[in-house]
Amino acid sequence: MKKYQLGEFEEIVILTVGVLYKDAYGVSIKREIETRLSRNVSMGALHTALKRLEDKGYIKSFDGESTEERAGRPKKYFQITALGKKAMEYSRATREGLWNSIPKVALQGKMVAYDI
Amino acid sequence: MKLKYEPPPQFFLNFFRWFCHPEMRDHIEGDLTEVYQDRHKHSGKRAADLRFMIDVILLFRPGIIRPVKGHENINQYAMLKSYFKIGWRNLLRDKGYSFINIFGLAMGMAVAILIGLWMYDELTYDTYHENYDRIAQVMQHQTFNGEIGTQTANPAVMAEEIRSVHGSDFKYVLQSSWNYGHTLTYGEKMFNKEGSFFEPGVTEMLGLKMIYGTRDGLKEMNSIMLSKSAAEAFFGEENPVDKVLRIDNQSDLKVTGVYEDLPDNTSFRNLKFITPWSLYLKTNPWVEKMENPWGSNFTQTYAQIADNADMEAVSKKIKDVKLNKLPADDRLYKPVVFLHPMSKWRLYSDFEDGVIKGGGIDNVWMFGITGVFVLLLACINFMNLSTARSERRAKEVGIRKSIGSMRAQLVTQFFSESLMVSFFSFVLAIGLVLIVLSSFNTVAGKNIVLPWTSPVFWMVGVGFSMFTGLFAGLYPALFLSSFQPVKVLKGTFRVGKLASLPRKVLVTVQFTISIMLIIGTIVVYKQIDFAQQRPLGYNRDGLVTTSYNDERWKHQDAIRNDLLQSGAVVEMAGAGSPTTAVWNTNGGFEWEGKDPSLAVDFPNSTVTHEYGKTIGWEIIEGRDFSKDFASDTAAFILNESAVRFIGMKDPVGKVLRWDGHDFTIIGVIRDMLVQSPYLPVRPSLFHLSKENLNVFIMKLNPDMSTKESLSKIEQIFKKHNPSSPFESSFVDDVYAEKFGNEKRIGTIAGFFASLAVLISCLGLFGLASFVAEQRTKEIGIRKVLGASVANVWQMLSRDFVILVILSCVFAIPFAWYVLDGWLKGYDYHTNISWWIFVIAGGGALLITLLTVSFQAVKAALVNPVKSLRSE
Repeated sequence: MKKYQLGEFEEIVILTVGVLYKDAYGVSIKREIETRLSRNVSMGALHTALKRLEDKGYIKSFDGESTEERAGRPKKYFQITALGKKAMEYSRATREGLWNSIPKVALQGKMVAYDI
Repeated sequence: MKLKYEPPPQFFLNFFRWFCHPEMRDHIEGDLTEVYQDRHKHSGKRAADLRFMIDVILLFRPGIIRPVKGHENINQYAMLKSYFKIGWRNLLRDKGYSFINIFGLAMGMAVAILIGLWMYDELTYDTYHENYDRIAQVMQHQTFNGEIGTQTANPAVMAEEIRSVHGSDFKYVLQSSWNYGHTLTYGEKMFNKEGSFFEPGVTEMLGLKMIYGTRDGLKEMNSIMLSKSAAEAFFGEENPVDKVLRIDNQSDLKVTGVYEDLPDNTSFRNLKFITPWSLYLKTNPWVEKMENPWGSNFTQTYAQIADNADMEAVSKKIKDVKLNKLPADDRLYKPVVFLHPMSKWRLYSDFEDGVIKGGGIDNVWMFGITGVFVLLLACINFMNLSTARSERRAKEVGIRKSIGSMRAQLVTQFFSESLMVSFFSFVLAIGLVLIVLSSFNTVAGKNIVLPWTSPVFWMVGVGFSMFTGLFAGLYPALFLSSFQPVKVLKGTFRVGKLASLPRKVLVTVQFTISIMLIIGTIVVYKQIDFAQQRPLGYNRDGLVTTSYNDERWKHQDAIRNDLLQSGAVVEMAGAGSPTTAVWNTNGGFEWEGKDPSLAVDFPNSTVTHEYGKTIGWEIIEGRDFSKDFASDTAAFILNESAVRFIGMKDPVGKVLRWDGHDFTIIGVIRDMLVQSPYLPVRPSLFHLSKENLNVFIMKLNPDMSTKESLSKIEQIFKKHNPSSPFESSFVDDVYAEKFGNEKRIGTIAGFFASLAVLISCLGLFGLASFVAEQRTKEIGIRKVLGASVANVWQMLSRDFVILVILSCVFAIPFAWYVLDGWLKGYDYHTNISWWIFVIAGGGALLITLLTVSFQAVKAALVNPVKSLRSE
């Protein structure tokens, strides 16, 4: 049984929320991911992930200010919760565990290409 | 970056707003807009629009789309639970009120269920037969004495004739005897069972369900098919096929089959055995030797039309079948043969002037309407009590509304409460139905059972109680939920004068219905009483009848001597018809001054010399039959109606010709009531004969106990006729059966009327207690200022009395109109006198006063110190 559920994209999102710290809202998260990872992030995918994270209790949200370019709609800021932090640490730990378990030789030699 | 705000594409924005979960809508829309502004600045409007659309479409995914029913529905279950909890607590808080409500509604529902079952039974009459739609009875209209009469009796050659002339329109045309009792014997076992002689197709036509044997068991003359119950009486569980039964001590018949008994709601329910028509012809050889086989109607004809034929068209085709066969003299009767379809046998069987006038369907309507009324009364109670108590709940409504309840939610709450009450009532109603079903069956003459296993019944039942709950809860739900919280909570809320108006209207409706039912009951009973008081023209006390058979006919003089000697009987006679029915009518009479085009048909009974003395008829002119005059064998005694119809003055001594023979009129008797007590007496004749006698009529010795007399009579009949069981009936009982239908209506109307009154009073009781409670303080102050108990009582009762008087004003003309129409259906009927209205109105008033007074006096007796000290 998985202790903490954290998908690949979710992990990226929660990490970005952490990176942005007090300035993490929809658009800023999107831009941050796009610039750092050079990949396109659709609004749909981002908000679905944010909602899932919030439902799981890894992040929490609060309403922020609204600006003219948002046509008066409030920003919603996200923040990592204690549970979220644990989930992130768990995820990192499992990966590191995996990294550490790879025999050195496996990464040193030539990669074998398989033709089908 | 101060820039002009650029609106994103409106259509997609709206689409997004529509599908997005409301919790996320605002900030995602903000994000979308912000990105759009950014893109608009860098890539231009078209690119920004395009990417906006893509974004919106990509947002259309689970997790973002709102739930179909709106997110507030998440709470619905809990809310409903709370409604029921609050509803339950409200019921418990006011036990008396809840009892009135639930019990009243349950009674209304029980009545509705009973009537529903009864109506279902009536409306599905005869549908047991698979050929229900295509079966008909061949009947005829004939014109007698200037009036069109309709009859089921047909000449014995009817079926054969229809078959040969119109064969292609029919699948079966079958001649049959009347269904009546025959003595069946098997070894020592002897029973009297009702059955018919039928042509063989009957088993297929009626779709009999065979238990033993096959449906073609009537091909041989000496065969008999038994119903399951008849077979069990003789043979128990054993297979009776090929056993031999003896019928009427005459013919030996082989059992060829056993069929499932026809259910109670079929016209053929008493068909306990069937034997072939050919046997009838053999045992009644005169039938085939008749000179004019079309001149006498003494059998029945049933038909099943061809699969592609139309009932009405076929009926029209056969109309002259009999007319074409009649000699010129008999054509005066103008016989019109027609088909009476099975679907109308039960409910449309009354003919007037050759047209269907009604029949059982009138009762179905009457009871149906009454049932709806009684249920309506119960619903009104519910509405009244709920609205009357609304002030108690006004605060609850106010608080709920200020906390944020929407009106729709309050409506749901009140509906759920009324639904709860109606379901309790439904359960209680089922219980009540179970308790009264057997007595209801006795009264209604039916054999109805609760269809426990029928899903349709439960669906109708539950659907029905839901409907009742919604209907009864409609007014409270809409009324209570309309309160304004500010007014209610500030305490300035007063239900104005107008608010009690609907309540008053409903009470008036209730009492109008109740008073109408009371008046109806009284009129029905008065009509029965009136008909029972009608002069009989003979003395039916201690008259007993039993039937003739061959052996008894041979020994009739010996039987008479023995009976007189035994002292059990003071006089006895033989007759062609009993005193309670007409078994024979004849035409072919001529007299001086008769209109030659008039076709007559008179009840004409054969009697023995002692007939008049036995039944105690009253001679008003001339003399009785006497053995001193040998010529009396060619003499008639007429009743008053016959004298009037013939139009003779001083008829005694004049001649009446019958089929070319001269008969002298020797006497005239007072009209005797023989047939329906509601119809005028028919012109009737009596003549002497030793032939054609059908019933013994015996006058019991009043000095001997009935039981002793009967056992002596039985012994004497057994002595002379050991092969038949002795069965007798009292004229009294047979006569009483003539009132069966009216008595049934009377009993049921009385039952409904008392229920209606009871339900209305329950409601009134509740209302009165509410009013008294509401005015406690007022009463206290009035008493302090010097009002007497009588004053207070008067004050509280006045309102209700006014309503009841108003109800009388509405009920009386309407009841008069309906009942006058009902009474006009009877030729011999009572009048609606004014005292009926006085009794009904006065009774209703009295009951109202009693109901209200209980509460009013209770309120008036309270010590004002107590009522004023509270708060």
